[in-house]
Amino acid sequence: MLNLAVSTVAQGLLWAILALGVYVTFRVLDLADLTCEGSFPLGAATAAAFLAGGHSIATAVLAAAVAGMLAGAVTGLLTTKMKIPALLAGILTMIALYSVNLRIMGKANLSLLGVPTVFVKIQGLTGLNHTYTTLVAGLAAVLAVGFLMYWFFGTEIGAAIRATGFNQQMIRAQGVNTDMTVILGLVISNCLIALSGAMIAQNNGFADVGMGVGTIVIGLASVIIGEVLFGTRSFSNCMVSVVLGSVAYRIVIAVVLQLGMPPNDLKLFTSILVALALAMPMIQAKFKGRKVSR
Amino acid sequence: MLKMEHVYKTFFPGTINEKKALVDLNLELEDGDFVTMIGGNGAGKSTTLNAVAGVWPVDKGRILIDGIDVTHQPEHKRARYIGRVFQDPMLGTAGGMMIEENLDIASRRGEFPGLRWSMSEEKHEKFYRMLKELDLGLEDRMTSKVGVLSGGQRQALTLLMATLRKPKLLLLDEHTAALDPKTAEKVLGLTRTIVERDALTTLMITHNMRDALRFGNRLIMMHEGRILIDVRGGEKQKLTIRDLLAMFEKASGGEGDVSDKMLLG
Repeated sequence: MLNLAVSTVAQGLLWAILALGVYVTFRVLDLADLTCEGSFPLGAATAAAFLAGGHSIATAVLAAAVAGMLAGAVTGLLTTKMKIPALLAGILTMIALYSVNLRIMGKANLSLLGVPTVFVKIQGLTGLNHTYTTLVAGLAAVLAVGFLMYWFFGTEIGAAIRATGFNQQMIRAQGVNTDMTVILGLVISNCLIALSGAMIAQNNGFADVGMGVGTIVIGLASVIIGEVLFGTRSFSNCMVSVVLGSVAYRIVIAVVLQLGMPPNDLKLFTSILVALALAMPMIQAKFKGRKVSR
Repeated sequence: MLKMEHVYKTFFPGTINEKKALVDLNLELEDGDFVTMIGGNGAGKSTTLNAVAGVWPVDKGRILIDGIDVTHQPEHKRARYIGRVFQDPMLGTAGGMMIEENLDIASRRGEFPGLRWSMSEEKHEKFYRMLKELDLGLEDRMTSKVGVLSGGQRQALTLLMATLRKPKLLLLDEHTAALDPKTAEKVLGLTRTIVERDALTTLMITHNMRDALRFGNRLIMMHEGRILIDVRGGEKQKLTIRDLLAMFEKASGGEGDVSDKMLLG
């Protein structure tokens, strides 16, 4: 039982990096970016291919991050320079990445059995079991990413990206090229998402071309659950909320699975959860409206 | 300071909704001019301001700011010369960010944002002093999000932001139209103070003839994408609403309509 609890939290931390990436587009830039569904397996595929090819962990993870950035840049260019709506631009990149990911791996599934992943390395160094290794690595990754993000979004350029999400007209009138800030935001978001994919692939021991399906909904669920449970007072508060939201989401999933929900229904369950959460303001307004009219 | 030469702009050309918004517009603003601009709906006032600000490219003509040809510069490039306040109080500020963050962004208007940490103790104190001068009590709420401010406070803040870095040109697009009369008066007073203090070259649209007469050293009336009336200095000081209406009737050939809104604001 304890092992299950620790494992759940550890998974939540690895997925929190994806949730932070989704937060950058969905909340900071205020656009829904479906590139996520392609950049997550892209990060996994890139890291797996590099590791399987005998490269170091650092090289593999760095390559995954760069690949994610490129994917974000493609969506960014499509939506800013080509004026394709962001949602559609993300879908185009996501679909294109399916083929790219197959090319990178050379097949639909790439096993990392017997390959020294970051988790194998830590296990060897510390002697911890797989579950605790995941926890330690997840925590370290989230802390590193979190501090970098907090610093970056506090800089001049970071502030400009945040302002772009709130009011493009305003930040343009202040002399900032909003094409640049939108592209940069997408680059950062997909870099994080690919990093998350690289970590999950190493943790699972394989990369699969289909592992991106539903990641955007998982990311959104984490963001929304986190915001509702842990608040949105400031940027740092939001970031902590998103990370805890990702952990909370894993706990919810673990609980419903323990209660006997078939794993195949997981995506249906998650989608309903997110739809309900997104509809909440509407439902509340309806409810209040009725009370007033009585 | 500002020169517009033979500027044309047509919206939706070749369609049933075609609208000739600016027709051979020529306008020159001297250094330190405070120009008020009036005209009915669709006369081309906002279009003129947007042409200067570079919201979209003009069809024909040239626009120069302080001798620099900005005709082909995108909006964000021209921002280094121009401070703007919009009619909608929501448009000039980032509502989800703190007051001091908004001021900080404005303090770097036209600069490429770098990787320096954006806030500092020194800036905090500088913004505190500036807000105290505004006398709206905002100096004690610097870490509040702008979204919680009233429309008047937001416009006052936007005005401060537009002039924080002295612009070559200040563009005010009916910036008090969305405010209640008392707040509008306060923001207008603040506008006058700042414009006079920094001797800013200013172009202010208003739909209120009285404000157009009370403020500035020069008055321009637009009609159907052209400048119809342009009076300045002593001549403007003597002008009354009745004179303006008569001039408008004469210049537009009697077929123009002067709405009540334009008269009374």
